[in-house]
Amino acid sequence: MGSKREFRIWRGDETGGDLQDYSVEVNEGEVVLDVIHRLQATEAPDLACRWNCKAGKCGSCSMEINGKPRLSCMTRMSTFEESETVTVTPLRTFPVIRDLVTDVSFNYEKARETPAFAPPADLAPGEYRMQQVDVERSQEFRKCIECFLCQNVCHVIRDHEENKPAFSGPRFFIRAAELDMHPLDAKTDRKQYAQQEQGLGFCNITKCCTEVCPEHIKITDNGIIPMKERVVDRRYDPLVWLGSKIFRRGETPQSTANSAGKGSVVHSGARQTGVHSHAGGSGDPAAEAQAQQGVNWHREVPHPTMPAVDDRGRLPLTELTFDRAAAPSPFGDDVTFPLPPEHLNFAHPSQDDKPAGEGDRH
Amino acid sequence: MTTTTRIERHHYDVVVIGAGGAGLRAAIEARLAGKKTAIISKSLFGKAHTVMAEGGAAAAMGNVNSRDNWQVHFRDTMRGGKFLNNFRMAELHAKESPQRIWELETYGALFDRTKDGKISQRNFGGHEYPRLAHVGDRTGLELIRTLQQKIVSLQQEDKRDLGDYEARIKVFSETTITELLLDGDRVAGAFGYYRESGEFILFEAPAVVLATGGVGRSYKVTSNSWEYTGDGHALALRAGATLINMEFLQFHPTGMVWPPSVKGILVTESVRGDGGVLKNSDGKRFMFDYVPDVFRKQYAETEEEADRWYTDPDNNRRPPELLPRDEVARAINSEVKAGRGTPAGGVYLDIASRRSADEIRRRLPSMYHQFKELADVDITAEPMEVGPTCHYVMGGVEVDPDSGAAYGTVQGLFAAGEVSGGMHGSNRLGGNSLSDLLVFGKRAGGHAASYTDQLTSRPKVPVGAVETAVEAALAPLQRDTGENPYTLQQDLQAVMGDLVGIIRREGELVDALHRLTELRERVAKVSAAGGRRYNPGWHLALDLRNMLVVSECTAKAALERQESRGGHTREDFPTMDPSWRRVNLVCALDGDTVRLEHKPLPKMRAELIGLFDRTELAKYLTDEELADFDALTEEAN
Repeated sequence: MGSKREFRIWRGDETGGDLQDYSVEVNEGEVVLDVIHRLQATEAPDLACRWNCKAGKCGSCSMEINGKPRLSCMTRMSTFEESETVTVTPLRTFPVIRDLVTDVSFNYEKARETPAFAPPADLAPGEYRMQQVDVERSQEFRKCIECFLCQNVCHVIRDHEENKPAFSGPRFFIRAAELDMHPLDAKTDRKQYAQQEQGLGFCNITKCCTEVCPEHIKITDNGIIPMKERVVDRRYDPLVWLGSKIFRRGETPQSTANSAGKGSVVHSGARQTGVHSHAGGSGDPAAEAQAQQGVNWHREVPHPTMPAVDDRGRLPLTELTFDRAAAPSPFGDDVTFPLPPEHLNFAHPSQDDKPAGEGDRH
Repeated sequence: MTTTTRIERHHYDVVVIGAGGAGLRAAIEARLAGKKTAIISKSLFGKAHTVMAEGGAAAAMGNVNSRDNWQVHFRDTMRGGKFLNNFRMAELHAKESPQRIWELETYGALFDRTKDGKISQRNFGGHEYPRLAHVGDRTGLELIRTLQQKIVSLQQEDKRDLGDYEARIKVFSETTITELLLDGDRVAGAFGYYRESGEFILFEAPAVVLATGGVGRSYKVTSNSWEYTGDGHALALRAGATLINMEFLQFHPTGMVWPPSVKGILVTESVRGDGGVLKNSDGKRFMFDYVPDVFRKQYAETEEEADRWYTDPDNNRRPPELLPRDEVARAINSEVKAGRGTPAGGVYLDIASRRSADEIRRRLPSMYHQFKELADVDITAEPMEVGPTCHYVMGGVEVDPDSGAAYGTVQGLFAAGEVSGGMHGSNRLGGNSLSDLLVFGKRAGGHAASYTDQLTSRPKVPVGAVETAVEAALAPLQRDTGENPYTLQQDLQAVMGDLVGIIRREGELVDALHRLTELRERVAKVSAAGGRRYNPGWHLALDLRNMLVVSECTAKAALERQESRGGHTREDFPTMDPSWRRVNLVCALDGDTVRLEHKPLPKMRAELIGLFDRTELAKYLTDEELADFDALTEEAN
């Protein structure tokens, strides 16, 4: 019932290594992790690989399979051609420990830097009251199984070791978003924190993280974009700006912008009218078809850099008058701007409310 | 050789082994008591098996039905465990679980809500009222993430106050403990290795909390992860503690046995409730042949009648697929043993031919998606292959119910969660494990902290013991003539799965003990290829010793207990025997061999036994105990 299949698995450690060929029995209904286990039980007993639940619930067995970041317990052998060689490599963004095991401590360090939930001072245990509709937005992000595939695929840190100190990555943007949307979290500066400390500005919304998420969390649309939008809200809304000059810290009427966010679902998805484009809205059918097949993880992307800030520590962002919908294009310069509006997948929340040119006054 | 081996040394007040729900809750409590605390995790922080729990955490908060209270929960727990539970543990659990759940909200947990904004509670088998706090079907993940994040927040406090995140609580991830070290009878520390580097690590600590979970990896078909090798059970035994109720393992009758990618994963009982039927390899719906006499009146005799029940339950009798779990498991077991099983050793569970694809997708959405995504099995198009899967061990370290301190000769050792025994008696109710983790995790952590306070001198780690531990750990790497650890594990799993599985017989159990003895000799000579750095073969070779000793406990206790109760079914003794209810089987280690003792169950306090009806008690108690109960009620009147 089984058949011999060809595998190439990276073996080695931080001093180097290479892809080794294995010819291994594969039975019907198996996943890549089953095959790795068979190799361990037969010809490669010391092949290092992390795994735990083998049911897609713990996020331990992350690796790159034919170049694509995947959970090996959820990658069925039936998705490959019989004759196809399956190449398995460790996550590229993190230092290799041995074989398929990488040092993911970066993520635990970033987790530790992200301020924890701040319980409301006036509520005792058992007195918390929240509506289902309000907890659901944070619950989406709490589905995260911490497989770190989003971190691995994020081009800000993939192959850019130098960005790691200043960038927390998608996993921790949604952690910040989760706490920002938590109905009872007592901390009010989650967005500023994301912008100033987590390096949210590095993200140029290529959606690679969303694409690889095994829990299908809409990391970009529901997490990152609202965080960016609201950071922008607070920084550039003239009323908020004026308010911050008049009121003491902590008394600013930011709660208007904030509570609107907490009370009702606000994310760009709801505002979108056009068809979602995977190829950056170029309208090119070939590019669109290619993008539908999946993201090419190894494509050239512009080197991400933190935009410069002015002397008040503010971003000189003039998104409203900029020639692109969002700063440095993730899609490459071959895409002609402005994009057809019906294909835009990012809309500034206050675009309709403000007179054009408002942005350059700041 | 050992003098040249590098060993990293650490000093802590409390070392918690295991980073699942119980371990993290214990560590939080020890740290809150001001103790310097280490958490040892076999895998990465936050990956523990607790994430697999789907149903919820049982706590009598009364949010959905205000008649619920701790007495009702206590009663349900005792019934579920067939009255073999340690009553005091069941009492503490029922009383304290609501506080433990509410506390999680202050750590940031987001449970599903009722209309009035409270924590929603769902119904579950064996619970009289809706009682399980839940977050969709990922309650375990929410629990582990919440505790993980609480620990991070404590570390942030320490960073603020002391300048170092790890000043008072540190997580040692991917670290395995192979030995507890004693100073006389007192715990002095723990020895182990970093999985990543293979380097050794020694913790000097006067108190150790075991929270290592269960033993399922000793079985062929299991829903448990690789970590469940009974480490805590074995560490406790070797340190002089005792295990109780090791014969009780919870098997789910319908776990997937094929394809391999989903082997062990549970198929919910509602598949059968919604029309799924069990068939053997001849295509026969065999459950009609397995209706026991006591149930004859409630269950249909023909397929026609059974099929009418789904739409008209008032005028027809139930289909026999809906018999209690142990009956279904027994039937599946018999069919497979009679050679009428599927190629993978299960039977067919067919809903595809009985309900339309649309209806299946509507009524069983998560089942449909789970198998579609993980295995490309379309349950609307083809039957599933199912069989009994090992799910949970009720037995574990015998502990003081209030403090979680291990009995036996050892001091300074505590246990909480699945590794401890007594709380669930002979059978665990769904939802009681998550609340068990929190209630007894907190207690064990707190009592470990106060134990260190009352010590007058700090126990010292004996040098000789460390050297022995180093040698034992390196031995498999230095042998090259022994067997492959994976082969040994498969052989062990075959013995336990085939002979000490869901239905047990005297002959098979005796046979199993012989084979375990043979295996022990082979395990003692196991060899692992490769080096020390992240070498899973070596790790398994070291785990095998633990799996083996725990399997021996299970097999011996299963042979000894001549009755069927909860998670222990003896084909040769098919009924419950009230005189056996008064007995716990206690395992201890004499050198290398497992010693089994009978120990009477503690007697329930009057106000607690008074919560039950006499008619119900009559099913469980001996005449002598019933006479005592009658005397009590008379006194009260």
